[in-house]
Amino acid sequence: MSAARRVLLGAALLVLAIVAAMALFPGIIAPADPLQTDVRGALEAPSAAHWFGTDQSGRDVFSRVVHGTGRSVGIGMLATALALVAGLVIGALSGIAPRPVDAVAMRINDVLMAFPEFLVALVVVAILGPGAVNVAIAVTLAAVPVYVRLARVQTRTLVLAEHVEAARILGVSRSQAFTRHVVPGVLGTLSVLATIGIGSSILAIAGLSFLGLGPTEPVPEWGLMLSGGRNVLGTAWWIAVFPGIAITLTVVSATVVGRMLRARLEGRVA
Amino acid sequence: MKPLLVRLAGLAASVIVVLWGAATLAFLAFRVIPGDPVSVMLGPQAQVSDAVKDGIRAELGLDRPALEQYLSYLGQLAQGNLGESYQLRMPVTEVIGRQLGSTLQLTALALVLAVVLALVLALFVRGRVGRGIVAGAELVVLSSPVFWIGLLLLSVFAFGLGWFPVSGTRNPATIVLPAVTLALPVAALLGQVLRDGIEAAERQPFATTVRARGAGQVRLTAHHTLRHGAAGALTLTAYLVGSLLGGAVLVETVFARPGLGRVTLAAITDRDLPVITGIILFSAMVFVVVNVVVELLHPVLDPRQRRASRIAVGELRR
Repeated sequence: MSAARRVLLGAALLVLAIVAAMALFPGIIAPADPLQTDVRGALEAPSAAHWFGTDQSGRDVFSRVVHGTGRSVGIGMLATALALVAGLVIGALSGIAPRPVDAVAMRINDVLMAFPEFLVALVVVAILGPGAVNVAIAVTLAAVPVYVRLARVQTRTLVLAEHVEAARILGVSRSQAFTRHVVPGVLGTLSVLATIGIGSSILAIAGLSFLGLGPTEPVPEWGLMLSGGRNVLGTAWWIAVFPGIAITLTVVSATVVGRMLRARLEGRVA
Repeated sequence: MKPLLVRLAGLAASVIVVLWGAATLAFLAFRVIPGDPVSVMLGPQAQVSDAVKDGIRAELGLDRPALEQYLSYLGQLAQGNLGESYQLRMPVTEVIGRQLGSTLQLTALALVLAVVLALVLALFVRGRVGRGIVAGAELVVLSSPVFWIGLLLLSVFAFGLGWFPVSGTRNPATIVLPAVTLALPVAALLGQVLRDGIEAAERQPFATTVRARGAGQVRLTAHHTLRHGAAGALTLTAYLVGSLLGGAVLVETVFARPGLGRVTLAAITDRDLPVITGIILFSAMVFVVVNVVVELLHPVLDPRQRRASRIAVGELRR
């Protein structure tokens, strides 16, 4: 690994550590209550007292970004984890299913994969209706097809692998060989992909919230905060800038770490 | 001649199957989710007796058996009738038709900008440092929310420098910032794929052969490696069109532009089910048409596919 890449990886890990701290201990990091309004101190530019300025109701933007982390990133991670499990189950079963079943499942999956996650999530929200829970469901469903595809490919490779064959020769039953020796291998590969997937889930959630289809005011959520900043863009740029930086930094870091993990897994020199 | 006809028939059949699948899924989905369409249609504030509600239900045919509803729905679709919007009280085809032009302008301009930008970056940026910088920029653009890029451009070029109007559609200059916003992520993705394809082709033995014959870098790229890169990018077309449609919803909201995206958002918020169904079917149709065009274009770009399909057809005849 070159020095530049090591620095990049270190920076990405540092950002993710900060994000994790903000998500787990928002009360300790944030200087103010994210819901505390102060009409006389509304739309103040960034200063020592308010690092990221204040919004239309005089709420501290920095505190709102910190308190929003849990919701924006947490739902993204939860959606990714659920999608991974669903993809693992469907993909692994499809991988050992009779050919016609496998072919039909993969054809449907290919069609779903042809659409960007955000569009699929938008269609799901359109059908289920707006709301924070429906947004989480939509983003989860939108992420599933990628994991199905990879899980199926991995399953079909691993079923024929030597260590699985060895286990079978040693008398391990077919189902046990599958659950003990195939599924864990598939899971490993999928979790690497999931590191990258968290980023796209966070982006999809922020987009849906920005459209007003997710959580509603006064909940601190990054996408929703940006939507509030849209209306006062001419006078208070900071409301629309800082939550966006938070999203971009988190997603870039997750992608960088995920790509390096993937390169290591594939045996390439990162 | 016959293989071509057979292929076209196959494509037409797949178009119909996908559209039928989308229509059926939309029909089923709206029957599975909870909530009475009539109450949704009237809104939460409406003070309407159950008798009136039943009247509306009968008028819309919602009281008939599900199978009967499904068949008449498919029959209407076959005639190009998408039903009537609950909220706007006009045919869905008209609701979509009125706003289509504006979104088409925006997405077409964005697509052209994205292709030009991606080509320029893939062809003219060379060397390790240059490509590293471009790859980094692509990563940041792909990791930023589209609407945030729009907000930044708006804040710098409209509110800050005053070069472009903030919103509206009257002035042709209003389309510049939205189109650039929509184009950036598409260009980043396209640029990545294009560059990967060109670089992979440059490592192949045929590239050395071409160079050994005395061809320069320009000729090698223009006549040989660009084809490889473009073939890879072409398979992404449907995905890119999808991200343009999804992005249009966000970009039209950021820039307060009328268009299909705004109609979609309003339909989702108001639970205007016929409009939502219409938009889903419209997107499915766009997707299918784009895929058919890509399928037909692929052999033109990639001679290996031409030969492969001829061999396959020959084997079938035997």
